[in-house]
Amino acid sequence: MPSRSKLRSRSAFRGNQGADAPRSPLVAERRISYVDAVREATDQEMQRDPSVLLFGLDVDDPKAIQGTTRGLVEKYGPERVFGTPLAEDAMTGVAIGAALAGMRPIHVHIRMDFLMLAMNQLVNVAAKSRYMYGGQVRVPIVVRSMIGKSWGQGAQHSQGLYSFFMHVPGLKVVAPATPYDAKGCLIAAIRDDNPVIYVEHRMLHFQRGHVPAAAFSVPPGRARVTAEGDDVTLVGISYMQVECLRAARYLADVGVSAEVIDPIWLSPLDIDTIVESARKTGRLCVVDNGWTTCGAGAEIVAQVVERLQGEREIRVARLGFAPVTCPTAPNLEAAFYPDARTIAAAANDLIRGARQDWLPAERDELKDLEFKGPF
Amino acid sequence: MYARFYRSLYRIRRVEEEIAKVYATDKIKSPVHLSIGQEAISVAVCEALAPQDVVFGTYRGHALYLAKGGDLLAMIAELYGKATGCTGGKGGSMHLIDVAAGMMGTSAVVGTTIANSVGYAYALKCQRKDALVASFFGDGATEEGVFHESLNFAALKRLPMIFVCENNGYAIHTHQSRRQARPDLVARAASYGLAAERIECNDALRLHERVTAAVATLRSEEPGPYFFECETYRWKEHVGPNEDFQLGYRDADEAQPWIEGDQVARLAALVAPEDRREIESEVEAEIETAFAFAETSPFPPREALFADVFTAPATTL
Repeated sequence: MPSRSKLRSRSAFRGNQGADAPRSPLVAERRISYVDAVREATDQEMQRDPSVLLFGLDVDDPKAIQGTTRGLVEKYGPERVFGTPLAEDAMTGVAIGAALAGMRPIHVHIRMDFLMLAMNQLVNVAAKSRYMYGGQVRVPIVVRSMIGKSWGQGAQHSQGLYSFFMHVPGLKVVAPATPYDAKGCLIAAIRDDNPVIYVEHRMLHFQRGHVPAAAFSVPPGRARVTAEGDDVTLVGISYMQVECLRAARYLADVGVSAEVIDPIWLSPLDIDTIVESARKTGRLCVVDNGWTTCGAGAEIVAQVVERLQGEREIRVARLGFAPVTCPTAPNLEAAFYPDARTIAAAANDLIRGARQDWLPAERDELKDLEFKGPF
Repeated sequence: MYARFYRSLYRIRRVEEEIAKVYATDKIKSPVHLSIGQEAISVAVCEALAPQDVVFGTYRGHALYLAKGGDLLAMIAELYGKATGCTGGKGGSMHLIDVAAGMMGTSAVVGTTIANSVGYAYALKCQRKDALVASFFGDGATEEGVFHESLNFAALKRLPMIFVCENNGYAIHTHQSRRQARPDLVARAASYGLAAERIECNDALRLHERVTAAVATLRSEEPGPYFFECETYRWKEHVGPNEDFQLGYRDADEAQPWIEGDQVARLAALVAPEDRREIESEVEAEIETAFAFAETSPFPPREALFADVFTAPATTL
């Protein structure tokens, strides 16, 4: 019989928690929002390193990119923190040029969809300069962008396009799901000498969690097991990490023990941690915050199967956006995304080996976060 | 000054003529976009720059690389795909770089380096460095969105830089008049707030004089940027070592005035014959050495395939 899922405490997280993770239970946990974690990481790095620049549309306006850049222009001045013309292509090239000259720019996009305007510079220059110039230059840029969801964000404010960047050698890609990782990964990204695509999810901005006050880094290439279990491995990317943890609780109600993994860094990807879990459970369900075709989930499943074939029989599933453009009507939008219940159902099907038509009854405490627009 | 000028011009012309000659042997493992006919632009601008100044260019970048002081041996070896090339056989003719010389790179995608130049200039301004950036591109690039976005930002931030448009009239095989409703690039640049002017007839000395004045102004911390549209003409085909008048998109008559106004010959006439002979024999020896070096250099080792995708891991806490 499957055992009940054991949700791991933070101190049991696998992977590098950073030197500043709390050791003593006597110290009160410091809880801040994802937004504040991003702002704090930026502030601390700008304080530490005068070569860090911060720019993008509206980073210095009153709304300050949901608050993630609040107060920074006042503190570091308009030369290091500035709003840009509406020119994603050239400003990405500017970031690269400044990086070639020794600066460490952070270029912010309030929606990931806008990165499509920057693809030439990201794919043809940022990713390739190190290699095609024979290792003589470095491009330490961080490109922050946000995936939107709900309240009718629609076709061009909702896309999770990180798999585009995972495809290209020379780019690192990270999609932190917690305030802790938001801070640690941003610091790691800023200190990295390579271009890093840093992906935030709008729904995660509201999350609060433990974040050490001092600077720390969550380095590339290490996944984290966020819940231990034996029956099925759920890999949740970006916001889908939250839904996977909820799904694990629905599954626990029916006696299924799910192991949940947050890859955190999508490139380089810590496939070892996922393989190890899949070897144990024999069932892998990757829940992506994007479309499944050629997506991050496809890549993860393929790598796990390549590693385990012939050694361990494994059943796999991919969940992600419905293969359509994101609609705005609330009922259609809800059907567009996987959620905790549909994830639980898919995992249950994997375990039972056939479609069960089981969908857990919704529990109020596992409902989606409240969010109202317009931003 | 004329001797320096002539040496640089003659050297670039002769290097490219040798590349064209060798190309048939298939030893050069890279597409080549020859600058022959256009060398004067790179030479005139780079002779006005200082060693600490930085340039970015295009896939037609041999002239710029050499004019800025890029290493000739490393360039020819790069064209041969050798380990001793300026990128170790990773970039080829279209991605020449010589960081020490301030040649910071070129792109095969038209217009791309314009924005990188602007970013570099922004960094120099932040760093309070006494250096400036010259950004080279062709007339085709002025149709790319990135050109307009870059000029706007450079003007907005009053950056210490010079935009150099080498207008050879053609984007591959299509004349500017078939691509632009209004061909006045100077007016276009001026509308963004740049000090802009046109240098006609591939005139190396006039361009040098005007860029020298712009550089002096920028060094006195008067804000930029500057824009020069430089009329010039490509003698060879878009890519490759041959002429292409047989294709029919342009004819030899059109080329004739440009060939008659050849700046290599013009400068040659301004240098004393004995100095000229000395320059030419030194350059010929240098070229012979460079091609021999490329011939005898090894190809990169197999493990180089996987090197330099990323830098080494950054320091973390």
